[in-house]
Amino acid sequence: MSMKISTRQVDGVTILDLGGRITLGEGSVQLRDSVRDLLSKGQKKILLNLGEVNYIDSSGIGELVSAYTTVRNQGGELKLLNLTRKVHDLLQITKLYTVFDIKDDEASAIAAYARA
Amino acid sequence: MTGQPERRRVTYTLDSSLDSVNKVEEAAEQLARKAGVDEDEIFRISMAVREAAVNAVLHGNAYDPEKRMTASFEFTGASLVIRIADEGKGLDPATLPDPLAPENLLRGSGRGIFLIRSFMDEVHFRQLHPGTELTLIKHLGTAPTGA
Repeated sequence: MSMKISTRQVDGVTILDLGGRITLGEGSVQLRDSVRDLLSKGQKKILLNLGEVNYIDSSGIGELVSAYTTVRNQGGELKLLNLTRKVHDLLQITKLYTVFDIKDDEASAIAAYARA
Repeated sequence: MTGQPERRRVTYTLDSSLDSVNKVEEAAEQLARKAGVDEDEIFRISMAVREAAVNAVLHGNAYDPEKRMTASFEFTGASLVIRIADEGKGLDPATLPDPLAPENLLRGSGRGIFLIRSFMDEVHFRQLHPGTELTLIKHLGTAPTGA
């Protein structure tokens, strides 16, 4: 039922590979803690790979929004990668699809980050 | 969790916990699957019910161990009817901000009721004094009549 997160670095961008469920409680908290941890280390180019996320509720959507605004407010960039159809549909319904910078190819997502 | 089948309606009385939210979501998924709806619709129904249960447990009962959430599931043959009730201070849906308004788009919360309304054919609110009951209805086999 919970979410899995693994972290890797590619060309100065931190990629969080997320899997499972981002829901009220564990998943949302894990995501929030991971993003805060990265920001505290000065890692402000963050790519959330949602390819293995099979479920997200309104709390999870809210957490994505909070992560986006928190990173942006600290001068960083947060993008989303590989949305599943369900997550894609939810972001469309909630009008967030145009708020996020959404990519479906990792290489082009990495290339889209501003060079420091 | 205690279940009391009454013909085609099953009612559960649950504590105010995330575990209860997950149980209610699973029960909705099972009911929808049993009713023969497709996978996309199962997702929408179970998510709407999950959001209603989160509202009941978190916003209604505020995780109060003394308060209960009641969830009933009914398959009428033509519709799925799910009722989720809490014992909180009550919810007036008219006071909820529009999550699609530009000024609310970047808020970290406030999308639950909107998603419930998006995914179900009918949503009704009833004040229980104390508490709120949400009735979620999905019509099966025919186009929604809620025009």
